Amino acid sequence: MAGGVPVFFSNRDDGRSENRGLRRSSPITISLPVRSLFIAALALLCVLLSASRLPAQESPYIVTYDHYLEEPGSLDVEYFSTFGTQRNANEFQAFWAEFEYGVAAWYTTEFYLDGQTTFHDSTLFTGLRWENRFRLLPREHFLNPVLYVEFENTSGADKILKEVEGHDVEADYAEPNAELRREHDHELEFKLLLSKSWRGWNVAVNPLAVKNLSNEPWEFGYAIGASRPLALKASARRCNLCPENIIAGVEIYGGLGDRYSLGLHNTSQYLAPVAAWNLPSGWTLRLSPGFGLNDDSHRFLLRWGVSREFSGFGEMVSHLFGGRQ
Amino acid sequence: MRTSHSPLRAPALRLMLLTILLTAFSCRLRAQGLDSNAAREAKTYRALDVVPQKARARSNPLESDPEAIGAGGKLFEEHCADCHGRKAEGGKKGASLLKPQVAQASPGALFWILSNGVVWHGMPDWSKLPEPQRWQLVAFLKSLKVSASANTPAQASLAFLSSGATTRKVAMEK
Repeated sequence: MAGGVPVFFSNRDDGRSENRGLRRSSPITISLPVRSLFIAALALLCVLLSASRLPAQESPYIVTYDHYLEEPGSLDVEYFSTFGTQRNANEFQAFWAEFEYGVAAWYTTEFYLDGQTTFHDSTLFTGLRWENRFRLLPREHFLNPVLYVEFENTSGADKILKEVEGHDVEADYAEPNAELRREHDHELEFKLLLSKSWRGWNVAVNPLAVKNLSNEPWEFGYAIGASRPLALKASARRCNLCPENIIAGVEIYGGLGDRYSLGLHNTSQYLAPVAAWNLPSGWTLRLSPGFGLNDDSHRFLLRWGVSREFSGFGEMVSHLFGGRQ
Repeated sequence: MRTSHSPLRAPALRLMLLTILLTAFSCRLRAQGLDSNAAREAKTYRALDVVPQKARARSNPLESDPEAIGAGGKLFEEHCADCHGRKAEGGKKGASLLKPQVAQASPGALFWILSNGVVWHGMPDWSKLPEPQRWQLVAFLKSLKVSASANTPAQASLAFLSSGATTRKVAMEK
């Protein structure tokens, strides 16, 4: 649950300022969702403790997707953090928790909880996302397409920058959280994930289109990534620092404007080296320093993430619901 | 649809509930299994029959690599044993790899199946592993063939898996 982030508080004052929408609500409205999230997280933790850990071969990308889906029945629990610089305002640290489940070899579903801290301002829960990825072709081809569909229910204060779209620019994030959180977005996001692995290299290209469900135009963006393990052959012994456990690469992503003004004008663009370290114990660590490529981008984004894959999760949950073992 | 209320309110809860219900439903669907284990295994083995001739004819470039079986054993334990069983005897999700269909398959055919998966029947493709690692896996699988008919893993693999080369020893039954 993103480290307890959903609890909404301020480190600027005692919480009596006008932006405490939750405090003005009835106590039941406040406590029920938070309590539900907490109970759900506890239940999940109990199930995970009894699941086995699976050494993963995760890609290093943080924004780009390749065409590989989660193994059926496995749950990948991930935590990511993004530190971002901000001109003319306070720097921020955004974070999100991901729960990625392999429903079938051709279908993966994922649930996100987002939050952020803006320094000298406040920390707040900024929304949730539900992502689905569908493999379209049963075999490997020159390019392997996967359809990505995501529903987002976030506030304007969401700063995780998991994707950059339309005319998203650095200045959009400069306002105080109290103002940003008033904006509430329901968005549908579509991506076509095209990816190819060849001679140890993976190259992935993700064009994206986003539609805010209010009367706003379609927005577009892209992400491109390339990566390769440091060694292609595995060693026979189990080791943490074997070069085949480390995958390095680079990704570039940004907005492409909207339906009425397509192009790079007034968009933000980023270049980010990426690295992942897949440990035999099942943990994966990721690190990615990102650099803004124009004046509308944040100058620097430092992202890191930690994840762990649990196999047999599906069987355990199905057993709870009376499924056959 | 811009509103000023918190994302924690009703729409979020509804979405979360829907996700939980869908996940539970899909889990149950998966567990009920539209196919029995035997039927699923048969479909998996049938995939070996549709391997293109060109792919079938490929030989393992790491066949003479003395480390290939050991490395393949480690990779098997890390990526395959969860579904196919630690002794490759098959499991709830994966077919047995000790059957004659697998033992008689050419290295090229096994490599093709690893690279492409049997996606509609539950096996993901493993092209995310670099080619040499897939060939190491093939070397390990072919080392199982000797005792396939006796339903016991080959001595070489047995020696590797129980030798302490990996930190998690696999208890192999003879």
